[in-house]
Amino acid sequence: MRASTTAPPGPRRAGRPGPPSGPRGVPLVLLVPALAGLAFLVLPLAGLLVRAPWSTLAVRLTEPGVLEALRLSLVTSSVATVLCLLFGVPLAWMLARVPFRGRGFVRALVTVPLVLPPVVGGVALLLVLGRRGLVGQWLDSAFGLTLPFTTAAVVLAEAFVAMPFLIISVEGAIRATDLRFEEAAATLGASRWTVFRRVTLPLVAPGVAAGAVLCWARALGEFGATITFAGNFPGRTQTMPLAVYLALETDPEAAIVLSLVLLAVSVAVLACLRDRWVSAG
Amino acid sequence: MIDAHLVVERPRFRLDVRLRAEPGEVVALLGPNGAGKTTALRVLAGLTAPSGGHVTIDGVPMGARPPERRPIGMVFQDYLLFPHMSALENVAFGPRCHGSGRAEARRAAAAWLERVGLAEHRDARPGNLSGGQAQRVALARALAVRPRLLLLDEPLAALDAHTRMEVRARLRHHLEGFTGACVLVTHDPLDAMVLADRLVVIEHGVLVQEGTPAEVARHPRTGYVARLVGLNLYRGDAEGHEVRVEPSAASGTAPGKGLVLSVSEDLKGPAFVAFPPSAVALYRARPDGTPRNLWPAVIEGVERHGDRVRVHLGGPVAAAADITPAAVAELGLSPGQEVWAAVKATETHAYPAGSA
Repeated sequence: MRASTTAPPGPRRAGRPGPPSGPRGVPLVLLVPALAGLAFLVLPLAGLLVRAPWSTLAVRLTEPGVLEALRLSLVTSSVATVLCLLFGVPLAWMLARVPFRGRGFVRALVTVPLVLPPVVGGVALLLVLGRRGLVGQWLDSAFGLTLPFTTAAVVLAEAFVAMPFLIISVEGAIRATDLRFEEAAATLGASRWTVFRRVTLPLVAPGVAAGAVLCWARALGEFGATITFAGNFPGRTQTMPLAVYLALETDPEAAIVLSLVLLAVSVAVLACLRDRWVSAG
Repeated sequence: MIDAHLVVERPRFRLDVRLRAEPGEVVALLGPNGAGKTTALRVLAGLTAPSGGHVTIDGVPMGARPPERRPIGMVFQDYLLFPHMSALENVAFGPRCHGSGRAEARRAAAAWLERVGLAEHRDARPGNLSGGQAQRVALARALAVRPRLLLLDEPLAALDAHTRMEVRARLRHHLEGFTGACVLVTHDPLDAMVLADRLVVIEHGVLVQEGTPAEVARHPRTGYVARLVGLNLYRGDAEGHEVRVEPSAASGTAPGKGLVLSVSEDLKGPAFVAFPPSAVALYRARPDGTPRNLWPAVIEGVERHGDRVRVHLGGPVAAAADITPAAVAELGLSPGQEVWAAVKATETHAYPAGSA
């Protein structure tokens, strides 16, 4: 490479004193692990793209099994997200706005599913909602309702794992809004419900949206709790991640195709959230 | 009519103020930062739970009623217009909450915006309004619920000096047309004097002085009020035309060695003496044969004050003197210097220091 005589116009300016910028100023001790870390995160995804059976991709995508799993995944994760919104937003509001005894403890409880191995969550759901479970027993005898190994079980497993993401996001958003807007609404005669509906919720709408997207993405990728609580029945409980895992043993190419679809969805989610997090710098 | 006894106990603060306001009366709560003005307003609104006392509006005890069940309207310091609603929707919010239908509430809101001169900004978001416009929308929003008690928390503090003057005049006009009682909180004496029928001065959570703006301005009873209205104020013991002023604690002068000021009033017992800084004359050497009040002082500071120079004096009593820049140059004044301060008896004003 030859150095050009005319420097290209741009942000690069020579002869400026001050802290070094660009790769030349970064100590190797930090640069090497940083690049290694980046490679570690990016290479597997690149591998997925490289090994993808691009020529047969269109055919593979339209195979009934793939479409079925995709449809099931989209439906269950969307329903799970709606459930999380219905129950999670009020819970987040309680945690953010209503001072009650043991609030810190409740907040800790809410975040447990976040750190709990999903398989353990699945086992716990089975113990409570299973045919012989604490609540399941009663559901069975009173309504003839059995949840495990049904599509409803998929939704529950996904909601269980994904709800904390929504609650944390929404609670943070509510905490960040100025309490005094709600006070102003109260002095104008608004009841707490009206304040929530017409002031708090519109003000935290971006936070709710971000939480919902995060929640939905987490539900879409749910594996451990789903396979434990809902099983792996094609068309009924076999979601995309389960299909990927199963296909890997019988038809690796199918697994790659399914993974590509999930990767595409993830990138789409990231695009939705980019204004909030990715461009934080 | 408002009758309230506002009591709030905090670990290191106690508010205990009795407050009354007649319909159509504007009462200004005036006081330094941290005096408890805003807390008092919040108790009236029901936003802060009091530790005791009571709030009665038009004969109805509010008890522990939440804000939404009190006949109040409030304008907050930074207005707190709902950012996701237009100006019209902000004003219509209250009527909606009070049971008006959507169309009716919007009609009422439009009328209020018209009254504050913002009809053409009805669809603007709060972010696109100027400070003065936002203040007027906030006032319209508070008035639209037809409150019996209007609460204004530093209604002009968020405005720049120029806008402030104009908005103050408009606000006065709107308050004159308001038939309920109005309590406004401010730390600006000018706002209080222009807007209020009666001033209530609070310091450290207690009422220290109350009266019409003219009374308060003429007869300040604390150092804070005296500074607000720009007077030197001393408390002492009167005997005929003489008031013995105790030395200020900071001066280091022994008690009893204070200053005796001659005044024109004939008084007996505890009294205040007040005089404006412009009445104080300064001399390098002791002037001869003057009938004035005269005392030796030390210059503690010199600062520009409008087209005059304000000289802060220490010595047996602290005082402020306003003199011309020419006099400063002539006298060669600088901090630490000893001078003689003089005030004519006819320029002082003495009044009894009985209960307020």
